[in-house]
Formats: sequence, structure tokens, C-alpha cells
Amino acid sequence: MNALFNKDTQAIFWNNNMPAIQRMLDYDFTIQKAKPSIVAIVAPTSNNKFEKLFYGGDEVMIPVFTTLQHARDAFKQADVLVNFGSFRRAYDVSMKALQIGGFKTIMVTAEGIPERLARRMNFEARKIGVTIIGPATAGAITPGAFRTGNIGGTIDNVINSKLTRAGSCGLVTRSGGLINELANILAINADGVAEGVAIGGDRYVGSVFIDHLLRMEANPQVKYMVLLGEVGGVEEYKVIEAVKSGKIKKPLIAWCIGTIAKHFSSGVQFGHAGASANAEQETAAAKNQAMRAIGIHVPNTFNDLPLMIHEVYTRLKNDGSIVEVEEMPYNIIPETRKSKSFICTISDDRGEEAMYAGYPISSVATPDTGFNIGDVISLLWFKKRYPRWATNFIETVLKTVADHGPAVSGALNAKVTARAGKSVVESLVTGLLTIGPRFGGAIDGAAKYFKYAHDQELSPQEFLQYMKEQKITIPGIGHRIKSLRNPDKRVEGLKQFANEFFPQTALLDYALEVEQLTTSKKDNLILNVDGTVGILMVDMWRSLGYNEEEINTLIETGVMNSFFILGRTIGFIGHILDEKRLQMPMYRHPYSDILYDVATAEQI
Amino acid sequence: MAQRAIREYDSKAIFSRKWNKYFSGFQFWYNSALVTSGAELLQKANEHGFEWLKQQKLVAKPDMLFGKRGINNLVLFKINTPGDVTLEDAAKWIDEKRAHDTILHSGQKGKLTHFIVEPFTKHSDDEEYYVSATTVNDLDVLYMSAEGGVCVEDGWGEKVTEVSIPIGVNDHDLEHLIRANVPQDIVQNNKERFISFCTQFYRFYRDMHFAYLEINPLVMQENTMNILDMVAKLDDTAGFLMAEHWGNISYPTPFGMEEMTPEEQAVANADAKSGASLKLTVLNPFGRIWTMVAGGGASVVYADTIADLAGVEDLANYGEYSGGPTTGETKFYAQTVFDLMTRYDDPKGRDKILIIGGAIANFTDVAKTFTGIIQALEEYAEKLKAHGTKIYVRRGGPNYQKALIDIEQASKRLGLYIEVYGPQTHITDIVRIALQEGK
Repeated sequence: MNALFNKDTQAIFWNNNMPAIQRMLDYDFTIQKAKPSIVAIVAPTSNNKFEKLFYGGDEVMIPVFTTLQHARDAFKQADVLVNFGSFRRAYDVSMKALQIGGFKTIMVTAEGIPERLARRMNFEARKIGVTIIGPATAGAITPGAFRTGNIGGTIDNVINSKLTRAGSCGLVTRSGGLINELANILAINADGVAEGVAIGGDRYVGSVFIDHLLRMEANPQVKYMVLLGEVGGVEEYKVIEAVKSGKIKKPLIAWCIGTIAKHFSSGVQFGHAGASANAEQETAAAKNQAMRAIGIHVPNTFNDLPLMIHEVYTRLKNDGSIVEVEEMPYNIIPETRKSKSFICTISDDRGEEAMYAGYPISSVATPDTGFNIGDVISLLWFKKRYPRWATNFIETVLKTVADHGPAVSGALNAKVTARAGKSVVESLVTGLLTIGPRFGGAIDGAAKYFKYAHDQELSPQEFLQYMKEQKITIPGIGHRIKSLRNPDKRVEGLKQFANEFFPQTALLDYALEVEQLTTSKKDNLILNVDGTVGILMVDMWRSLGYNEEEINTLIETGVMNSFFILGRTIGFIGHILDEKRLQMPMYRHPYSDILYDVATAEQI
Repeated sequence: MAQRAIREYDSKAIFSRKWNKYFSGFQFWYNSALVTSGAELLQKANEHGFEWLKQQKLVAKPDMLFGKRGINNLVLFKINTPGDVTLEDAAKWIDEKRAHDTILHSGQKGKLTHFIVEPFTKHSDDEEYYVSATTVNDLDVLYMSAEGGVCVEDGWGEKVTEVSIPIGVNDHDLEHLIRANVPQDIVQNNKERFISFCTQFYRFYRDMHFAYLEINPLVMQENTMNILDMVAKLDDTAGFLMAEHWGNISYPTPFGMEEMTPEEQAVANADAKSGASLKLTVLNPFGRIWTMVAGGGASVVYADTIADLAGVEDLANYGEYSGGPTTGETKFYAQTVFDLMTRYDDPKGRDKILIIGGAIANFTDVAKTFTGIIQALEEYAEKLKAHGTKIYVRRGGPNYQKALIDIEQASKRLGLYIEVYGPQTHITDIVRIALQEGK
């Protein structure tokens, strides 16, 4: 058995408790870890995709998930769960983690979890060999490797207590408050901590002293151990048994706090919920006496504990069991850090040459690079390099939607504005501003509803019924003049391309089944170009390995519209330049084309 | 806190509320009244639903979280012969009992204030049984006996069988376990019924988050279960799950325990209102050494050390403040302690010692909490000086350097004796230093 944590330990943090997460990252940075040990945050009610946190003076982004399962799926190597759920939630979170599997250690910080639930959680974890630390604890630390939550206190204290690198002592306590104090004592009187665990103050905790002491016994970094127990419970007797039977051979220094309790019959609760003696043997005095009798190093009073530690440490050092600990360099966290106002994850102009998602512009710009505009879009819009068929498809879409004549609302707007003497950019935006649910929006809608129907495995008939109930005409279906007998050539082209180059076209196939049904009702209810683009985009992303949730997010984000905006911009600019070239005068609409029906306003 | 005793009256109310869900096939006549005086009982008898108080013969006893009421002669079930207690008898008896202090055989002493009154159940000894459930580490343990009443405790080893029930046991295994361990001396006719009841009793105990539950005696008459006497503890941390099931539960101060002093009560009230933790118990109002310690664990080691080095009689109080109290809360807490410690002179005429202690704080801004203490010192400086108070401070954590300088300068300005120490000094060593210098 080894230390609880090592330098590669990665953890998922449950609850968006930013101060605690920041402190864990501060520790990681201080001990010079290359990357933060928290790989994901789970926050069920968060709308954020990530949280910004400091790593030293810089900021990093930690992804946020709404379920533990999703976080786990994304970070399979994370085997520690730092469960900062409240006493209401912590049990469910731990049980879920046990069910999902893959966690070796779960730290539970909440105090006051119902005892029956805590016992159940501890029992289920023990059954499958998962170490629970807590409940009601500050957690555990392996100096130089990893700490959970706030254990060890501020970074100043971490440095003062030499918790930045491994020492020789294996330390177990109940209390999270006194573990800092013990670490301080060990830094002053010995060479610091190899591993520290606060098992928690509640009556029923997961892992207990003996679990950790036996692991420390097997951990070669640990040369001796310190146990700070408490009045109440019988956990210390398991340790006594292990010393007696020789399972624990390393020197052990121990003290149980709460000797005061013997002076008061009842009614005064000294310290934790777990801290009350139900029988004589559970008193601190009895436990100290029993430990002393078996040869454990027990001081006369708590106040003498540092002397005893110093004595044992010095002896081990003199006989060569402990060699001088190598002091490790550590980072200093800047005193002032400023949160960044903007984040950019797609391009970077700080280096020698500006980059698109890691690709220098010169490596994508000229024809000899083999990159086309579809490649650049895949880099800057999706931060991925798409295969040739997909980038070709993107280009096909852009070319297909580039223009549709001067009469459509956006083009007309652009033309009227240009004739009013406005600039290219002003004219262009008036055209673009018409793009939305009615103009160009069918791409979004088609993708959304066809995908929904397909995901829900609705038959084409059920899909039509569903849309009827929703009182929505099916986006992407229907054309003014085109029909089955007089097909839209653009649609034909897209379908042909997809059939030839797409690995699969499940959604298109489904849409064509729907089309058969709609056209049987009316000849012009065909799958139109907007519908085809939207549906094939979904087929493209599915073929590229995006999961359904990612695709839904892309649709919701408005990526579909973006293709239309980008493509149609080419056409709009054409119309604007056309107006400029023709030097057309200011446009005024004729009276004859407007129906006037104005009554005198009613007086109220 | 976690496991807390509740009144018999409240525990029976939970039974009654859940009876149909858990105890199918059995009947339970829930008739209980909780009163604090004879007059209240007489009044209650006129209320709807309490007609039985006038119609039936009664039993009355205190309901104040202590057992062995029979042995202490505190169960009224007869005037001349068992089952002849009328409403008026019960009212009179209650008023007699509450009029003066009661001392139990155990030595506990106090005033009886709460009484439970129920119908008298005529039964024979062989209808009495015993059942209880408790929690031992990873297991629940169910105790069953074919005999109930006081005789169970006398012959516990022989008369009671126990069943260890693992966490997460399924219903089938549960019944199997109970069946395999049911006391052999239960008559064959009643065995199935008893097994069935005990199985349901355990599930009730488990689902309702009891920490301890005992019926003694349980009087089984065909399918009617009479719960003559019961003791119950709840795990109060489950309150948020159980509000609807438990109903309006109170956790009274156990009989014989001293009520809180006004100062303790004031701190408890502040604690209830605050997100921080504020605790205070006065152990000896005349004590020489007073503590104002931050943190639960630290407060215990200071108390231990004072008892070890000075003797427990010198320790005046126990308490702690933690969880980031505001300056105002800290000030209030300090004022309370300073006020208490300047009321009496030390009986032996010695100077008083004030320990302002604490471990290395995690995230509490120590300078901020010390600001509250300093404000209280300013207010009480003259009184503290009048008692020759010497102040010893030890603390670490965020901003501790400023905190120590602030409190040292303030004390010197006020003419108070003070010594301050940081994390380089062992947490409890100021106790040793204080006592050494005091000699």
C-alpha cells in the first residue's frame, strides 16, 4: 500500500465552492505541480461551462458539469472525489460516486449527515474497497502531492508548517482544526508530515485510525506515526490491538484529548459530536492509559506532546532510520492577482506569429497548405481539424446559401440602405439584421426538430402529429414553387454530396421518409434547402463523433444560423456593391403600392 | 449534537402517526395526554378527543427522559387496587409530585414538570414482552424477550436474545434473522405474532431514524399492542428528512440537569442566530482560570491542560468560538466571559488568569476577531484590573501578527498585564507559562 495521494492524483470537486477549490489550486501551484489537480467541478444548478480560477498569477479554466456521471465520463483518470456537498446532499453524492465507480477515495466534508445515512455510505464504500475520509473533516494531505479542500490552512501556514514537501511522520487526527496545529508541532520539533489525515468528528466516519495507520505502516516514506485521538468511541483500541499483534511496528506517538470530560458527569459536550464517552473504556484517560501500557509513546499531558515527538524523532534520526529530508523549492503565489475580463480559446496573437487554434496563419492561408475556408472555419468555430469531406461540405453549404436574388428581405434591406448613401458595413448589417426565425431560421429549426424526432424515435407519422400538436409548421419543409417533380437543384446537389462522402446520413434518411409523407399530402411540401443544410449538419457532427448533447448545444448556440450569416454575407455585399456601381438614387416607395387605411383616433 | 432523547409522549405520537404504515395486522389505541399540572389535566378532559380521561381508569407518570420510574415509585396506577385511578386522583397526584423537589435513586435531583397520563391497561404478567433496538457501530441490534417490565433488567443475560442486523439488510433476510433468534420461551401461539411485530418494529426504528427505541413492557393481547412504557432517542441530524414524520418534536433538558444560566442562554441564542459557532458552559463561577478559546478541538486541549496542570477546580468555564464569527459576535462573547470572571474574587485570593487561546486558524481573520475582544477589554479593563487579571494570548492563522500586536498594544494602553505568543509557541504552553509565573 502507498500514500493516499501522489503527485499525479486528479480529483473531481463536487459543489462550486470556489474558495475551497482556489485553495486546492493554490496548493498545487505552490508545490510546483504542472497542472491543477482538480480536473472538473460538479455543480448541478450551475449554468457555467467552466469556472475561472487562479493558478499562480495566471488564470485557468476548470470545466463544470451538472452531473457527476458526466464529469466522470470526461475525466476517467480522476480517482478522488472531493465531496463538498452539504449535509443534505453529501450522502447522495457519495452513493452516486460509489455506483458510478472508479473513485478510490471520497472525502466528505459535511458535518451532521444523518447517522444512518453516514453508516450506510461507509458500509457500501468499505464493501467495495473505497476509502471514505469523513464526514465532518478537513480531509487529508500528502505533502508535496495533493491536499483536499482546506486542510493545512492558508498557504502561509502550509509553508510555515513545511507541508510543501514530504516529511517522515504519518499523522492521524479526528479534528481538522488540530491537524494544522500538529503539522506545526511536527515542523518545529521534527521534519514535518509524510501524510496527514483528519478522519472526521462525527460519530460514524468512513475510514478510521487503524485503516490509515496500517497504510502508513506499509508506506516507506512514513518513519513514525502520531495519533491524536479523542474521548468517545473505541477506535483507539483497534490500534492497540494492531500494536499488540505486531501489525504496527513503526514507532507510534499518541494522545487522546478530552481528559477533562472525566471531571464532569454529563451534560457538557466537549468538542465533536463523536466526543462523548458511553463507557469507562471510552474516556480519554482510559485510552491514554491503555495505549501507554502497550508501549505506545503517550506523553503525560497534551502540553508535553511536542517534547515526546522531538524525543522520538531525534532517536530515529540518530539511529539512521530517518535521513535528512531534502527541502524542495516551492512557488510563491503573487500577492495581487487580477481576474481577466476576457477569455479567448480559439486564437492567440501573442507569439511570433498569430495562430488559429494552434495553427500559425501562414500554415493555413496559401493554397499550397491544402487548407480551404472550411478548414479555417473548423479551426476557429469548432477548435478542431475536420476531415476533408466535412470541410468540403462546409464550403458547399456556404456556396449554396451565398445568394438568393435581390427580392428576399435581407437583400432588399441592404439595397435600400445602400441607396440611402450608407457605407458597405452599414448596408450589410441592415441586411444581416433580418436573419432570424423567419429568414434563414429554418436551418436551425429543421436541425432542432428533425433531430428531436429522430432522438425520440418518432415515426414520420408521429413526428407530423407531434408538430401539429405543437402548432408549428415543420421547419425545412415546403417550397414556393419547387416540388417532387420539379426538384430544387441545390437540394439535389447537397444530397448527392452527402451520399457520396458522408460516413452516414441517418437523419437525412429519416427526413426523406418524412418528406414522402408530406409530399403525399401536397406536392410542394418537399425538404427544402434550409432543411437539408440543417439536417446534414447534424449528420456531419454525428459522423465526426460529437455526442447528442454537444450537437444540441451547437444548435442552441446558433451555429446553424452562423453558416447562413457567413454565406449570405457574400451575396449581400454583392448587392451593395451593385447599388454603388449603378449609383442608384435614394429609394422612395410609391404611394400606389401601400394600402392606406387610417381612421381618426378615438378620444378616450 | 446527534442522538437526543425525546419524551415518551412524542415517541408514542410518532408510533401513532405511522402505525398503519408499519404495523399492519396490529392494533394500537393511542391515548396519551402530556400535562404540566393537575389543572391542565382536568381541563384537557373537556377537550374533544380526550373523553377517555373521564371514562377510563388512568395511569400517570413523569415524562422527563428518565427511566426506572416504577422503582422510584413515580408511577401512579392504583389508589387502593391496581386500576382504580380516576381523573381527579391523577390530577391531585401530579400536583403533589410537582410541588417539591424529587430525588431519584440514581441521585438525580430536580423538579418534576411534565407528566404523561394514559388509560390503565389491565393485563397479566405473561402478556408482557420486551423489545428494543439500538445501534452498535456498523450494526443495529434488536433485543427481544418473552418477559417485560423490571424483571428484564434483572436477568438480562438469560432472558433477552439479541439479533445483530447488518446495514442494508433486505426484508427477507431481516425476517429470517429475527425468526432464527426469537426467544424460545414465547408460547407457540404468540410466536408468529411476535416475530411479525418485531420485524415491523425494527423497520420503523430504522426508517424513522431512531438512535434508540425501547418498549418495556409491550403488552400483547391478541393483535392489540399496548405500549405501556417506552424510551426513545432520535438522531436529530435527520430532522431535515423527517420533519413530516416526526411532527413537532422537542428535545427537553434531561431531568436533574441544571438549566442554563442566563449568560449561557444568551450565548446559545447568539449561536442559533449566527453562522458561526459560539458555545459557553460555566463550570465554576468562582474559578480562577477563564478561557476564551477559538475552535472546538483547541477548546478541549486547553480544558485538558488546565485540569492537568492547575487542577479542574481552577477551570471556570468551557467554551469556544469558531467558524468566522463577526467582530460584533466576538465582542459579545468576550463581554460575557469578562463579566462572569469579574463577579467574584478567587476564594484563595489569587490573581485571575485569562487565556485567550486558539490553534492556527484555517481562514478566520484573526485580527478581525481580536478587534471584538479588544473592544470588550476596553469596556472591562478596570474590572479586570481589580481582579488582578493576567492575560495570556496564543494564536496563529491569517493576520495573526497584526492581531497579536493590536491586542498587546491595547492592553498596555489600558494598563492590563498581557503576554502574547504566536505559532512558534505550543498551543497550550501558555497555560504552563501562566501557572509558572503565578507561583
